[in-house]
Amino acid sequence: MKYKRSLLSVLFDVFNYTFLGLFASTAILPFLYVLACSFSTEKEIVERPFYIIPRKISLSAYEYIFSSPTLPRAFLISIFVTLAGASIAMFFTLTLAYPLSKKYLVGRNVLLALISFTLVFGGGMIPTFLVIKSLGFLNKFWALLLPGAISTWNLLVIKNFFQEIPQEMEDSARVDGCSAIGTFLKIVLPLSMPVIATFTLFYAVGYWNDYRSSLLYMTDNKKWPLQLVLRQIVLMAAGNVDGATFDEAYTQPPLEGSKNAVIIFGTVPILLVYPFLQKHFVKGIMIGAIKG
Amino acid sequence: MNGAQAVRKKKSQAVLTTIRKDIWLYIMLIPGVLHYLIFKYLPMWGILIAFKDFNAYLGFFDSPWVGFKHFADFFSNPDFKRLLANTLTISFYNLIFGFPAPVIMALMLNEIRKEWYKRSIQTLVYIPHFISWVIIASLTYTMFNSGGVVNRYLMQMGRDTAVPFLTSESTFRGMIIGQTIWKETGFGTIIYLAALSGVDPQLYEAAIIDGANRFKQLWYITLPSIKSTVVTLLILRLGHILDNGFDQIFLMSNSLNRKVSEVFDVYVYTIGITRGAFSYSTAVGLFKGVIGIILIYSANWLAKKVGESGLF
Repeated sequence: MKYKRSLLSVLFDVFNYTFLGLFASTAILPFLYVLACSFSTEKEIVERPFYIIPRKISLSAYEYIFSSPTLPRAFLISIFVTLAGASIAMFFTLTLAYPLSKKYLVGRNVLLALISFTLVFGGGMIPTFLVIKSLGFLNKFWALLLPGAISTWNLLVIKNFFQEIPQEMEDSARVDGCSAIGTFLKIVLPLSMPVIATFTLFYAVGYWNDYRSSLLYMTDNKKWPLQLVLRQIVLMAAGNVDGATFDEAYTQPPLEGSKNAVIIFGTVPILLVYPFLQKHFVKGIMIGAIKG
Repeated sequence: MNGAQAVRKKKSQAVLTTIRKDIWLYIMLIPGVLHYLIFKYLPMWGILIAFKDFNAYLGFFDSPWVGFKHFADFFSNPDFKRLLANTLTISFYNLIFGFPAPVIMALMLNEIRKEWYKRSIQTLVYIPHFISWVIIASLTYTMFNSGGVVNRYLMQMGRDTAVPFLTSESTFRGMIIGQTIWKETGFGTIIYLAALSGVDPQLYEAAIIDGANRFKQLWYITLPSIKSTVVTLLILRLGHILDNGFDQIFLMSNSLNRKVSEVFDVYVYTIGITRGAFSYSTAVGLFKGVIGIILIYSANWLAKKVGESGLF
């Protein structure tokens, strides 16, 4: 249907398209600038206030990063924590979500109530720290992997999804002689692949981005993941971090360009999985919005 | 054996049979339940050290009980007023600026008729949600430090000195709110856009025939259709008024803005982890947790009171 548009309406559209376009570009421009800086010469970074295409490509920032083992090591640690963490988290979450999705399970409601309660109340930072400490997890990678292995919100969403799978499908497998574990592995999991993919990515992003656990539990800076090293390099150089020790492996203070290269190292893995994430997270959020 | 006993025995036998039938389901529960016991419920029990004088040599059990001493210390400490004020101020700003932002943006996106443009905008604005606070703090530093992009443009436009965005008390709150808006506004639109996509297009057609212009359509059709989502999210947000997000504020705080940047979460870390006052900082954390739980339940009650579904 066509109708005559008023001047005000046209003006609004112009403003609307422009404003949203500008806002959206602020979401990506800082990354493009940092990417450009990471490939620039120090001179260009100092001379030009803002640019996204360097005049002269320089790899010195990346050479600097690889001149000491600290950052490559932190990068590998982050990759390890992300892969191991996401696998462990999915194991814990799926094995708990499946039994809880069975309405006939004796004791299910009590468990669900106790689990949901952790959404509104928790022990807090210090008691959790003391538990990790008394388990002997300080400076062990377990401290980064295990405490966050179940996100209650993810658990409840996956449980709700399992509940939607028709019980008849599982029953027929059981009649054909499949064990309960077999039914879970051969019927339920294959039906849940999109959900599994989504939440594996969610967990992976969470582990990759986590710096609080290593800040709390890792005093040995040889075991720091990328996020914590990045915090130190960028913010400490800015005088923003007090009381932290700078890794003695770097004799020179970091160059402006190399800070940018570290930021790129921390961001690129997320941007690589982002297209896959985007395909699913909207759905993930909507499943979560349905009460169950 | 009388009848009632027999029935009870039969019942417990029936329960046992069902449990035996589902034995594998119960075995599957074990890792997850252990996880909750160790990492969620054991710390809750550990909160008891807030009422003790925890001493690492004596251990958890032998440390002496002191009742509410740490709470009394905290409430009489001049830090308390400052922490409460800082926490509430940041929350308040986040509420009045950060909360409406995704609503407004969803409404603006909803007015875009070119699908490809809308999708591109959405793809871009969701990205920051997935970026860690460390990266965001680093980007903020790159853009806003004294030699950063923003200050260089300001100097070019004629300012003599750089604006100390990162190291001054007057800019701290603005920076925090700005970061939150930049990071979460796009992602926050998802839930509103979903509510908007459920609106029957016939409503708009009918309104056009009746002569309603776009602003009338917005006022009478679009806004009422997301009202309940807005109210629910707003009320639940009130339940988290004492949570400022440790990750963000800890990264952005430094000795020059400490007076306005210290909030409960950061204080617990500084006093507890770096200075080792475990009992006192646990008491601070517990105070925050208890207020939080009261707020959440009252907010939920309020949500139901005004006719929304609430969270539980």
